[in-house]
Amino acid sequence: MAQPADPAATPAPPGQAQSRSLAGGSLGDVVFKWILILSALAIPLLLGGLLYELVKGSLPAIEAFGLGFLTSSVWDPVAERFGAWPLIFGTLLTSFIALLLAVPLSLGVAIYLTEFAPGPIRRPVAMVIELLAAIPSVVYGLWGIFVLIPFLTSTVYPWLQGTLGFLPIFQGPIYGPSVLSASLILTIMVMPYIMSVSREVLLAVPEGQREAALALGATRWEAVTSAIVPYAKSGIIGAVILGLGRALGETMAVTMLIGNSHEISASLFAPGYSMAAAIANEFSEAASTLHYASLTYVALALFGVTVLVNAGARLLIWRVGRRGGSA
Amino acid sequence: MNRRAMRRFVSRFMVGLMVLAVVIAVLPLLLILGSLLLRGAGARSPAFFVSSPAPVGMPGGGVLHAIVGTLMIVGMASLAGIPLGIAAGFYCSEYNGTRLASVTRFVADVLNGTPSIVVGVFAWTWVVRAQGHYSATAGAVALAVLMLPMVMRTTEELLKLVPVSLREAALALGYSRWRTSLVVVLRTALPGIVTGSLLSVARIAGETAPLLFTVLGSQYLSFDVDRPMAALPLVVYQYAIGPYPAWHRLAWTSALVLILVVLVLSIAARIVTRQRFGRRD
Repeated sequence: MAQPADPAATPAPPGQAQSRSLAGGSLGDVVFKWILILSALAIPLLLGGLLYELVKGSLPAIEAFGLGFLTSSVWDPVAERFGAWPLIFGTLLTSFIALLLAVPLSLGVAIYLTEFAPGPIRRPVAMVIELLAAIPSVVYGLWGIFVLIPFLTSTVYPWLQGTLGFLPIFQGPIYGPSVLSASLILTIMVMPYIMSVSREVLLAVPEGQREAALALGATRWEAVTSAIVPYAKSGIIGAVILGLGRALGETMAVTMLIGNSHEISASLFAPGYSMAAAIANEFSEAASTLHYASLTYVALALFGVTVLVNAGARLLIWRVGRRGGSA
Repeated sequence: MNRRAMRRFVSRFMVGLMVLAVVIAVLPLLLILGSLLLRGAGARSPAFFVSSPAPVGMPGGGVLHAIVGTLMIVGMASLAGIPLGIAAGFYCSEYNGTRLASVTRFVADVLNGTPSIVVGVFAWTWVVRAQGHYSATAGAVALAVLMLPMVMRTTEELLKLVPVSLREAALALGYSRWRTSLVVVLRTALPGIVTGSLLSVARIAGETAPLLFTVLGSQYLSFDVDRPMAALPLVVYQYAIGPYPAWHRLAWTSALVLILVVLVLSIAARIVTRQRFGRRD
């Protein structure tokens, strides 16, 4: 705003006015451009800084335990011996169960909303489900502790044990805070993400795809399975991987519901632990430098995994977007 | 004939299953909002909002300290995250096609999926350890890091919607490039950018994990950004895992307040967008 080039305000010979306006304009442009460039640079620099700080912070643990840290199951802050396998196992297991339940559910909703639902209810239902994504994680945790867990331990878990008790995963004493409880709250939390991304992907499927299948005599369901879903397949896979990224990194609700135990148990009714939950619980009370470093190492591993997962998902979704755009 | 009936039956059956999926998906939202209203709104006086916590065992007490803390921490994060995010988004849409633009875009998408607890660890090693003490500033840094890529991506998407002809008209009238960007392009996209920014504020206002070991929490009303501070999500967490039923009641009420803050921001965001369309008609 300092020097808006305004030739009308300063009467001067035409040539001079022109050069002034050009000079003023280009100076403003150069400053403006550099402000934008520096801001845009901030984001890649941030990623670099994140990586640098995490590596620097976990260096003592990397030197002490190496990659064996990821496969060892000892976690003894007193003897200063740490291993992250139970945490990694818990993270993978809860995310797997959550996706197992959330994927069919959210795909069902997404397909219903794009292909079958009556027009007026499509947007409201999608909005209600997306509102679920706006609820803070800690509120899910609160609700999980005081509403979901009492309900599960009094009705669902005994019933599961009664009917499927022959499976080792449903044996043993029933704990409220457990791997299964954490997985169920994760299911509710990742569902909106998978639903809204796959809904967008399905909306991008060209109308001709649908009409061709129906014209060939397919029922509406057959049109979905034979023409629409195959077309959107890689985008849907992208949506699922995006949901996986959310599930892997989810912290508060899992911390409050998983029971926080470094023991690995075969039973889903037993307490477990996850990478994010361990950091949340122990970081502010870490006893030694090596304890801090080990928790930072866990954060680094979690960061690495989510970066890979998200980059993969983005590439898949972009591919569908490009194809949809050109069709 | 029989096969056709069978195929139609399968189609109807699958639609039935999908309707069931919709019901199962909508149910948790109703249940969560229901329990928040039921357990959070009962027997709360206005004192809850204007007083700080009472000592353990004493009746009463409120969450004023946490409301103030959340406003201050989120405010600081927004002051840093929103302008920077808008400028970065501007670069990626105005200089679309440069290598920096595509790298920034991709990195922003990756950062958007970074677990917030990892960002918390980053803020701890970067700010808390360097300063030697917990502080509200460290929490604001963590939240700003979370906001930046969100604001950047929404800004970019919205700027792309501004018609090229508008830019060309301004340039043809002799506007320099930076004035075109600020006066014409930014103003056209402004309502959308405000909406996007408000939505990202709503999202980080509920973040707990990055505050755990940066802001730490506090029992007292404090305005000093260089010291630990209370925040609503932290209060919900600390009261929820505590042993006393009175704390649990406080947790529910604080959660209700938190949800209201988030919802008010989201609704405000929608109103801003609607006003724009209203003015256009």
